[in-house]
Amino acid sequence: MSGHESTYTPKTGFEKWLDSRLPIVRLAHDSFVDFPTPKNLNYWYTFGGILAICLAIQIITGIVLAMHYTATVDEAFASVERIMRDVPYGWLLRYVHAVGASMFFLAVYVHMFRGLYYGSYKAPREVLWLLGCVIFLLMMATAFLGYMLPWGQMSLHGANVIIGLFGAIPLIGEGLQTWLMGGPSIGNQTLQRFFSLHYLLPFMIAGVVILHIWALHVPGNNNPTGVEVKDVEKDTVPFHPYYTVKDGFAIVLFLIIFAAFVFYAPNVLGHADNYIEANPLVTPAHIVPEWYLLPFYAILRAITFDIGPISAKLLGVIFMFGSIAVLFALPWLDTSKVKSMRYRPVAKQFFFGFVAAALLLGWCGASNPDDPIIPLGDDKLQVAYTTEAGIDGVAVFAGYEDAAAFRSEKLAEGATASISIKKAPAFRFIHLAQILTAYYFAYFLIILPYLGLRETPKDEPDAIHKSVLGSAAAVPAE
Amino acid sequence: MSDSQTASPETVDEERRDFIHIAAVTATVVGAGAVAYPLVDQMNPASDTKAASSLEVDTTKIPLGGEIRVLIGGKPFFLRHRTAEEIAAAAGVPLDRLPDPETDADRLVPMPDGELNPAMLITSGTCTHLGCVPVGPSQGNTGDYGGWYCPCHGSHYDTSGRIRKGPAPKNLAIPNYEYVTPGVVKISL
Repeated sequence: MSGHESTYTPKTGFEKWLDSRLPIVRLAHDSFVDFPTPKNLNYWYTFGGILAICLAIQIITGIVLAMHYTATVDEAFASVERIMRDVPYGWLLRYVHAVGASMFFLAVYVHMFRGLYYGSYKAPREVLWLLGCVIFLLMMATAFLGYMLPWGQMSLHGANVIIGLFGAIPLIGEGLQTWLMGGPSIGNQTLQRFFSLHYLLPFMIAGVVILHIWALHVPGNNNPTGVEVKDVEKDTVPFHPYYTVKDGFAIVLFLIIFAAFVFYAPNVLGHADNYIEANPLVTPAHIVPEWYLLPFYAILRAITFDIGPISAKLLGVIFMFGSIAVLFALPWLDTSKVKSMRYRPVAKQFFFGFVAAALLLGWCGASNPDDPIIPLGDDKLQVAYTTEAGIDGVAVFAGYEDAAAFRSEKLAEGATASISIKKAPAFRFIHLAQILTAYYFAYFLIILPYLGLRETPKDEPDAIHKSVLGSAAAVPAE
Repeated sequence: MSDSQTASPETVDEERRDFIHIAAVTATVVGAGAVAYPLVDQMNPASDTKAASSLEVDTTKIPLGGEIRVLIGGKPFFLRHRTAEEIAAAAGVPLDRLPDPETDADRLVPMPDGELNPAMLITSGTCTHLGCVPVGPSQGNTGDYGGWYCPCHGSHYDTSGRIRKGPAPKNLAIPNYEYVTPGVVKISL
C-alpha cells in the first residue's frame, strides 16, 4: 500500500549500485514480496494472478503462431492448417492459444463477479475498477479481431455481423463501416489490418494491467469483509510467501482444467463451421459468436422494437454497448456504504439473480431467438392460396396429409398454394432474453442505487483480524 | 538581450508568454492533426480496391432458367436468365400484394436501344434481413415464389427478386448497372 515503507535492503554491492540508479528490485520487492495483503483473502482473490498467467500464455503462443501464419485471404486458412499438421508442435500451440482465449474470459468473468460481490469497485478503488473495465473492453476487441484470422466461415460471417452493427449508427455509420473494412466488403485488406491490431492490442492490455496493479497497490487489496485495513500488523500478511503460494496453487489447479480442454476437448468451445474456409457466397445457417460474447449478443438481439425515431437495429446496438458502459458507471451507481455482499442480505439475493441473468443471457445468445422454451399449444400447418380470381384464403391443418391434400385440391383448381408452419404461441428465447435484459439494466440502474439507501446491512466486523480469528479475538489475550 | 531584461531578470512579460504558449500549443495541435490524418485515412479503400468495384459480365452464357453469381468487391450479385413463365409470374403480381411494392419493369434497366430485357434480371445477392446470401435455382431451392430463398431466417423472394414472405423488409436491391452491348452488362458498386 502507498503508506507502507520500503523494507528492501540491498545486500550486495551491485544491488546497492543499481538501487541508487534504477530501484527496480526495490519496486518488485515492495510490490510482490513484502506487500501487506489482508490476511483473509479467499480463493476468489487468486484470479488476478491467474489472469496474468493467461495474458502471458496468449502473448507467448501468439507471437510464435505469428511466425507461421499468413494474413492473406488466399493463404490464411491453409497456413492455419499447416500449423496444425506440419509445424512441430503447431497443433499444441494453436490449441493452447484458442483454448487460452476461452480460459482468459472464464477467469475474467470470475474476477469481475468477485469484484461485484465484495464491492471492490467502491471508494477508494474506483480507478482500479475503471481500468479493469478498459482491460475487459480491450480483451473483447482482441478476441473479436483474433477470431477473424483463421479465415473460416464463422470468422468471415461473424465479423460481417459485428461490423454491420456500426452501419446502424446514423449519418456516419456507412462511412465508418467502409473505413473499418477498407473496402466495400471484408476482404484481404480487412484481414491484414485485423492481424496487425490483434498483435497490437495484447500489449496495450499489458500496459493497462500495469496501471491496474498500480491502482491496486495504492489503496491495497479489498477483502471478503469489505472492511479496510486498520492495523497493518494485525490485519495483513506479506504477499510472499502467503499469497505467492496461494495464488500458485490456484494457478496450478486452473492450468489442469486448461490442459484438460487443450488435450481432450480442444474444439468443444469453438464452432465446426470455422473449419470450413470462408466463402462470401455461402452463409452459415446459425451465426453465433464465441461463448464469452453470447450474453451481449443476446442483448443485441433482444431489442426487436423501435422506440420513437430510433430503429430496433440501432437500439439493439445501443443496449449492447450500454450493457458494458454501465459497468464503468457502477462505482457511482451503487449507493451503499457497505462494500461486501456478506453484510447486505437483500442486495446479495439480487446479486445472485444478476449472475443467473448473465448466464441465462448466454443461453439465449446461443439459441435461436424464435425457438420456444415453453410451448403453449402445437404448431399447425397453414395452407395459403390465391384463386385464379385473385381471392386469398388460408386454411389451417394439424397434420401434413390433410394439408397436402388440400393444397393439391387448390392447385388442381388453378390456384397458387403453399404450405407453411403456423407456430403455436409460446414463451420463446426472445421473450426470456428481453426479460433478462431488463433485469440486467435494472440491477445496475435501479436496484443498486435504491437498495443502498433503503437496505439495513448486517454488522460488519470491526477489523479484518477479528473476522479471521472469530470469537477468540473478542476475548483479550492478555 | 535587451537592456530592460538584463536589468531586471525577474520581470516576465505575461502577454508575450501567453502568446508563445498559445502559438506553441496551436502549432502542436495542427501538427498532430496533420500527422493523424494520413494515419486514419490509410484505412479507407485503396485505389486498387476502388478500381475493382465494377465488373463487365457476359450474360449470353447464362442458360435459360439458370443464374450465375458474381462477386464484385467481395459483394455477391445474381444474374438470372428468366423463363417466359417466370417473367409472366413476376409481371402478373398485383402491387398491393407486395410488402415492398415495385413493378417488375421498375427493376430492370433499359438496353442501349432503350428496350427492356425482361429475360435478364440482375439483383444484389444480399438478403435485406441480415445480409445472408439466398439460395436459388443453382442450389435447387427457389422458395415458395420461384425466385430465391434465404435459409438463414426463411425469407422468400419471387422471380423479380421481391420479398414475398419472411422477415426481410425490402426487395433484393438492384445494383447500378448498364448494358454495354445487348449481351454484356457492366455492374458497379
